[in-house]
Amino acid sequence: MAFIDLGKREIQVKVVYYGPGRGGKTTNLLMVHESMSKQVCGKMVTIDTKGDRTLFFDFLPLSLGKVLGLTVRIQLYTVPGQVMYNTTRKLVLRGVDGVVFVADSLRIQRQKNVESIQNLAENLADEGLDIRKIPLVLQYNKRDLAQSNVPLLTVQEMEEDLNKDLGVPTFEASAVKGPGVYETLREISKRTVKSVVQKVLGDKQ
Amino acid sequence: MNLILTQNETNKLEDIVKRELISAGANHVIIVDISGNLIFERGSLQVADILSLAVLLAANFAATAEIARQIGETDFSLLFHKGDKTNIHFSKLGANHIIITLFEDSVSLGLIRLRSTSAIQQLAAILDGQEGKQRWPS
Repeated sequence: MAFIDLGKREIQVKVVYYGPGRGGKTTNLLMVHESMSKQVCGKMVTIDTKGDRTLFFDFLPLSLGKVLGLTVRIQLYTVPGQVMYNTTRKLVLRGVDGVVFVADSLRIQRQKNVESIQNLAENLADEGLDIRKIPLVLQYNKRDLAQSNVPLLTVQEMEEDLNKDLGVPTFEASAVKGPGVYETLREISKRTVKSVVQKVLGDKQ
Repeated sequence: MNLILTQNETNKLEDIVKRELISAGANHVIIVDISGNLIFERGSLQVADILSLAVLLAANFAATAEIARQIGETDFSLLFHKGDKTNIHFSKLGANHIIITLFEDSVSLGLIRLRSTSAIQQLAAILDGQEGKQRWPS
């Protein structure tokens, strides 16, 4: 649910980072927060437990240039990935304009990725949204572990599991080191703002 | 549903908020939508990070509404936080918005509730009227 303030000449959109628990959603936001200048990036709010697991959500506001003369403000959120927190995930998804699905490349997490993207589709449907129509980007996180001995899923396996039906843009990333984080954000921002503007212009016709 | 507000409509929101709530002693009034977007804020309170505050207020309201649902209530009619100096009063504003009034202890909660009810009717007419409308400037 985007908000366009013509008095202030700004557009606010909401992007949610979704995915299985311990997949790196919060780490994505932390990396964005640490690597972007304070003029672009606001203060990060985190509601987590003592064990650093997200309890409710993380929030990071960004100001990313202009579109059609309007300043673009993007509100980034994460959801708690743990299965038991579905009610909370649904609350955070309210009014979402775009989604980044952060998949965990660890082989042991294969089933969790699939369950989480199915859960995303169900929760979006409850909001009246279609996973095939909403701006969506997949991020295959933890690719830096390819250099270690930890068993990882191949990108082809992840494509087959998660993106076969969707056919959305995907990015290999290491949220903890940085590669892929900015590229993911740039793509979802572009798609989300474009989608909101198209909807508004469509309403006008 | 996306919301588009013109400067003229923002001015109308400001008039109502000032007339009904600021004049009754409220320090600050914030309107957010249920997805956490900050729609409007006016008042004298110095808030360092208004965007974070708006998001937390929306999340607080959403969580409380869900608590109500889980125990078989449709809603809690009063959502109010009492601080040492500043209190916070929440009200639903139409289907998709929340109005939050911050006020000091010297101002009566009853007065804030009364004025909020009056303000909500007027504000909802503006906010609900603009959702999904063809408002993009030509």
